[in-house]
Amino acid sequence: MTALLEPASEADACAEVADAIAARAPLDLRGRGTKAGVGRPGQAARTLSSARLSGITLYEPAELVIAARAGTPLAEIEATLASRNQALTFEPPDWRALLGTTDEQTIGGITAGNLSGPRRIAAGAARDSLIGARFVNGRGEAIKSGGRVMKNVTGLDLARLLAGSWGTLGFVTEVTFKVLPRPERTTTLVLHGLDGAAAATAMAKALSSPYEVTGAAHLPAGPHGPSRTCLRLEGFAFSVDYRTGELQRLFRREASEVVDGEIAAALWREVRDVTPLAEPGDAVWRISTVPTRGHGVAEAIARQAPARWFSDWGGGLVWLACPAEGDAGASLVRQALREAGGHATLVRAPHAIRAAVDVFHPQSAPLRLLGERVKGALDPHGLFSPGRMHPGA
Amino acid sequence: MTIAFPEPDESVLARREAIRAKLAEIVHPEALIVSEDERRAYETDGLTAYRQMPLAVVLPSSTEEVSAIMRVCHAEGVKVVARGAGTSLAGGAIPQPDAVVLGVAKMARILAVDFDNRTARVEAGITNLAISAAVSHEGFFYAPDPSSQLACTIAGNIAMNSGGAHCLKYGVTVNNVLGVTMVLVDGTVVELGGQHLDAEGLDLLALVVGSEGQLGIVTEATVRILRAAEGARPALLGFPSAEAAGACVADIIGEGLLPVALEYMDKVAIEITEGFAKAGYPLDVEAMLIAEVEGCDADIDEQLRRIVAIAERHGVTTVRVSASEAESAAIWKGRKAAFGATGRISDYICMDGTIPTGQLPLVLRRIDEIVRREGLRCANVFHAGDGNLHPLILFDINKPGAMEKAERAGEHILKLCVEVGGCLTGEHGVGIEKRDLMTYQFNRADLHQQMRVRAAFDPGWLLNPAKVFPLQGRIAA
Ligand SMILES: Cc1cc2nc3c(=O)[nH]c(=O)nc-3n(C[C@H](O)[C@H](O)[C@H](O)COP(=O)(O)OP(=O)(O)OC[C@H]3O[C@@H](n4cnc5c(N)ncnc54)[C@H](O)[C@@H]3O)c2cc1C
Repeated sequence: MTALLEPASEADACAEVADAIAARAPLDLRGRGTKAGVGRPGQAARTLSSARLSGITLYEPAELVIAARAGTPLAEIEATLASRNQALTFEPPDWRALLGTTDEQTIGGITAGNLSGPRRIAAGAARDSLIGARFVNGRGEAIKSGGRVMKNVTGLDLARLLAGSWGTLGFVTEVTFKVLPRPERTTTLVLHGLDGAAAATAMAKALSSPYEVTGAAHLPAGPHGPSRTCLRLEGFAFSVDYRTGELQRLFRREASEVVDGEIAAALWREVRDVTPLAEPGDAVWRISTVPTRGHGVAEAIARQAPARWFSDWGGGLVWLACPAEGDAGASLVRQALREAGGHATLVRAPHAIRAAVDVFHPQSAPLRLLGERVKGALDPHGLFSPGRMHPGA
Repeated sequence: MTIAFPEPDESVLARREAIRAKLAEIVHPEALIVSEDERRAYETDGLTAYRQMPLAVVLPSSTEEVSAIMRVCHAEGVKVVARGAGTSLAGGAIPQPDAVVLGVAKMARILAVDFDNRTARVEAGITNLAISAAVSHEGFFYAPDPSSQLACTIAGNIAMNSGGAHCLKYGVTVNNVLGVTMVLVDGTVVELGGQHLDAEGLDLLALVVGSEGQLGIVTEATVRILRAAEGARPALLGFPSAEAAGACVADIIGEGLLPVALEYMDKVAIEITEGFAKAGYPLDVEAMLIAEVEGCDADIDEQLRRIVAIAERHGVTTVRVSASEAESAAIWKGRKAAFGATGRISDYICMDGTIPTGQLPLVLRRIDEIVRREGLRCANVFHAGDGNLHPLILFDINKPGAMEKAERAGEHILKLCVEVGGCLTGEHGVGIEKRDLMTYQFNRADLHQQMRVRAAFDPGWLLNPAKVFPLQGRIAA
């Protein structure tokens, strides 16, 4: 059992880091730990958590901006936004079922993982709507980057650098996001029975249409039935109705149906939360590649291993489950991506496998070196989540 | 002249000829500019009040040449100022006497367009508009649209994280670039990002966008291209007061409408523009908004109807809803000509602070006071939806002391932006212009942290070193 430090203020967090420097004792950084199992296994004897840094610090609906301390539950932020008919743009996923955790997700954790849902293809990733952050660096100093306004190019953008750094660069204490109006109406056109290649073509066609598709996912055929290729439209009711009609016309040759309301919402929650692959057991990969190559990558792997998969982001995000044995398919996944381009993260696997294979995508030597230097600039003593993203860094 | 440049490195100046000779071994003779006459074209950028003659100018044609140039400059300890089209309004591309200007304007090809994956791979010296032009036959466009898009390069856009009138909906450069090829200070070539989404490790691409030529030389980029909406039309709304226009902006956004553009012009800006562009803008209003929405015809009509209804609640006195492409062009004509028209009647400096939009009425009032106190006039033209202000402070450069007054007013305005919760620059960048004001927005620890990250890329401060960070108190590690 590691010691859990839960500072109640940014100043306390600075003091904890200062102590860690003095004691040369590394810290695993986390929010409430719902994603603590992502990455190479933690190596630190102490954990620094933002769980007690909680609360919304600013919400201006007319300015489309919300700020909250890092440990604020995501659910609290989403409920607050919903009360004013707004939402986070990037549709943050809920990986708790996938990862077998139950605590609240925090906004800091979502930020540190740069986790985005299906709307990422239209509205950008978490980092795209992140407009400011405060964090404690590895010198124990409180640092501010960005701010609360949408357009800001003052100085180097350290806030976005922290997004996706999985606790290896700084201890995030507060984040500020741009938000958007919640869509009044959502519909989804579901195309039935397309194979991977046909689905990729259909998704490209939909995303290249002027109808503003905000979700494009493909669920291959399986025991539950034939494949489904899902195309989502969101916005004002008058506009969505029109665009739904146009999209149907675009795909008039395909067998299709339109779903909306709770059925459509549940469908996109499943895609967002990786529900099709969430039941415990297999190792799960998250692969980001060129959209039209996603199914090819998945099928290449599935020819050589008993893999199941589905795709989101117009085919560019492939979720793939492989037996949690050996390297959990690592060499097959890496091989497939060498040709297609992109990267893969082993999001779920037993401890021993995560300790043995590269969980994050291996990088070219110059990039790795650059990453290490950037890490050194923020965390000179190598205190934060050592080894979580890459061995020794 | 109130902005200082660092003292040139005498040892570099003394080796001028040797350095030029080494560069001559890398590029074609016409791609190396050493004569004083020709170097003069690179003395300044859009911030023309400041000029510095560079040691030499190189215009490479490939990433390999850029890499070779960087290896030489690194070995010789020579500073390098990257340059696109030189339209920076912050002095970001202004050189130094002991620096080589590395211009990417010759690298301007489209390398690949992939409509299915909605990306274009381009060389960094291509102009912003040329990207859209290359994909428009399929109904696509590259979204960030700075007013300078005919001239400015994607390299400059990446360095400044440039925005434009339509970024309320489509975001700025950082939201529209997927990958870059970048040459590091020692000549190493790295690929950041690619044709897929999100970073594979640390998001260095997000750091590079907006880094103002301090982290490396961008030579190629993969950008997102988007399918244009079926149509777009603006409405012009005139108000009897700045407050009414500001409140209207807040309600448009508060009610969930998201125009692709929401532009504000005040009375002075309207008058100046009208005198030149004759766009038929109302001269009897204090403030004017242009709200543009997108979609199919019915969709546009409905959105504009809602926007006009909100405007009516705020006492709008002029309403012109475009019903055709010609009417849309007429509405945009004045706004697009605003900077040019201002330049014809006066010298001006263009500020670029951003404020929380709720502070709009207060800030406009204070700007007016600040400018008056210096005995000057100001025209306000800006992106209202996101609070990115562009006060144009008018002055006569031939009047002794007038430019200093304008700069002083500008400084007060930017301080005000920070005070009310905003920032020094929303899209033009810090450059030299706002360099010495950085301490208003950031404390010492913040700036040190940024400089340490900078030093991870450029430990010797060779890349565009006179910019962004105050000259005093710099650190390298
Ligand atoms: C009339 C006018 C209107 C404008 N309107 C807008 C607007 O609406 N929105 C907006 O955001 N800006 C606007 N600008 C500002 C300017 O056009 C932008 O900052 C633009 O991105 C600069 O591009 P450039 O190619 O001219 O770059 P330059 O001015 O040549 O350089 C700008 C910066 O980029 C760096 N740089 C250049 N090339 C590279 C490279 N290859 N690698 C690394 N760094 C590099 C330079 O060192 C410098 O710091 C306007 C300017 C003018 C004159």
